[in-house]
Amino acid sequence: MAGLSELYQNVILEHNRSPRNYRVLENANREAEGNNPLCGDQLTVWLRMEDDVIQEATFQGSGCAISKASASLMTGAVKGKSRRQAEELFDRFHRLVTGRLEPSEPETLGKLAVFSGVSAFPIRVKCASLSWHALKAALDQPGKIVSTEQP
Amino acid sequence: MSGVGATRASPGRGVTRKAGGAPPLDVERIRRDFPILSSTVRGKPLVYLDNAATSQKPRAVIDAISRFYAAENANIHRGVHYLSERATVAYDAVREQVARFLNAGSSREIIFTRGTTEAINLVAQSYGRSVLRPGDEVLITGMEHHSNIVPWQLLCEQTGAVLRAVPITDAGELDLDAFDRLLTGRTRLLAIVHLSNALGTINPVQQLVARARARGVPVLVDGAQSAPHLAVDVQALDCDFFAFSGHKLFGPTGIGVLYGRESLLERMPPWQGGGDMIASVTLEGSTWAPLPAKFEAGTPAIAQAIGLGQAISYLEAVGMDAIRIWESQLLAHATERVRDLPGVRLIGTARDKASVLSFVVDGVHPHDVGTILDDEGVAIRAGHHCAQPVMQRFGVPATARASFAFYNSFEEIEALVRGIERARQVFG
Ligand SMILES: Cc1ncc(COP(=O)(O)O)c(C=O)c1O
Repeated sequence: MAGLSELYQNVILEHNRSPRNYRVLENANREAEGNNPLCGDQLTVWLRMEDDVIQEATFQGSGCAISKASASLMTGAVKGKSRRQAEELFDRFHRLVTGRLEPSEPETLGKLAVFSGVSAFPIRVKCASLSWHALKAALDQPGKIVSTEQP
Repeated sequence: MSGVGATRASPGRGVTRKAGGAPPLDVERIRRDFPILSSTVRGKPLVYLDNAATSQKPRAVIDAISRFYAAENANIHRGVHYLSERATVAYDAVREQVARFLNAGSSREIIFTRGTTEAINLVAQSYGRSVLRPGDEVLITGMEHHSNIVPWQLLCEQTGAVLRAVPITDAGELDLDAFDRLLTGRTRLLAIVHLSNALGTINPVQQLVARARARGVPVLVDGAQSAPHLAVDVQALDCDFFAFSGHKLFGPTGIGVLYGRESLLERMPPWQGGGDMIASVTLEGSTWAPLPAKFEAGTPAIAQAIGLGQAISYLEAVGMDAIRIWESQLLAHATERVRDLPGVRLIGTARDKASVLSFVVDGVHPHDVGTILDDEGVAIRAGHHCAQPVMQRFGVPATARASFAFYNSFEEIEALVRGIERARQVFG
């Protein structure tokens, strides 16, 4: 069925198998945890910020293919972005996975566009957004550790 | 099995016992009694294997509820008019029926609740709160549903009592030596699940109740999963409380049952106050209605109770023995087929099991297994099944769970197997 192969695109399966930036970031100055109590997904996002710019982003945790691949691609996509740019990207990403993106916008998402198939599976939106919610919490909190409950 | 699902059937009607056991079960015929089972999802025939979450309803139940609203609706115990009288009689008849279904000594021992969760909270807040003192202990097990954990945690916070849990073995059975050590002079209540929703384990409840009662410890049995699958006899179990939910027993949501030993219910204070549970009210104080009304404040779920009555009639017409035999065969076959798939590990391999097959697939998260099965029309549950301590015990964040009912067929198990194989291919 088309829905399923659009959800589990090769890029997603590949990032699930070998997630990028999958490690504790030793010199991180931001950190936040994301939990999805419904399915037991749990992950931590670390950031190193300098002058409002994300120098590096990493993550670790356990979760389904969608949440893991999303975190993997997110940590790559936000590197070098300012806080505001990262938040704008999240906003577009969220509209992508909930099927509310303008037709002209997808190209502005780059590799993240592989998550377009999620919109046909509303219950998986939370999986795709989990790492982004953790990222936003880390950006919002000047303190060291915050915890996002259910996104 | 003539008349199954078509009419209101009395217990055992139409079921003729053959020498050597229950009659075989005509699954094709039974499936026709459940309208939803002939539907399709995502273009595939529905294969419903999420019965531990909630069960499907036979037409008899659906019809009884709409008939009540279309022709019989009225409040109970209040009106002097015709409809109210009829609704009251129908509602009270279901209480009698539930008492027979559980083999309770009296219908005064049957309290209608919203479900298992509310029944357990009732016992915790009424019985528990009136007897527990600081340092007393409540004993549960490591395989409880959250609804048989959290009410006791709240109670312990309120009273200063301590919650203890019997550990479980690698197979998913209770550690009975540990049980004997944990059941002490400080234990004031034992609350155990009869059939585990996460593992499928059937606990030796009768034996555990005997040990507890020998020490004067009352026992609550969470029967949410057992009542739909095993013949339950509360007098043979000798438990003090037994809780189940209508919606898991092929009846509607919003209705459940607490069985309570009459001598205990008599001594317990009311939990919720309101209409119907009083004998008289003055502004200075009130006196309570006799059992069971004392525990049923407010307008109850009348149509749902009537639906529950139909569900019990239906089950009894099929026969709990026939159901048990069919489901054992299904589970044995599913266990064999799924266990033999490469990369699959079963979670919960107790000797005595029913209706639940929990598993994990190497390299495929249960959530993804669930989505791929769903694409094949196969409905299972993926997650922690409201039993996070069980997940922690087995070191997994979640499992995939197929749970069976007597209307499931062997072909449906093949659909499950094909779905798991496809999940492994997609993620291969
Ligand atoms: C073993 C067990 N206990 C209790 C419950 C709670 O039942 P309900 O949500 O109907 O109150 C469930 C439901 O999943 C269950 O499986």
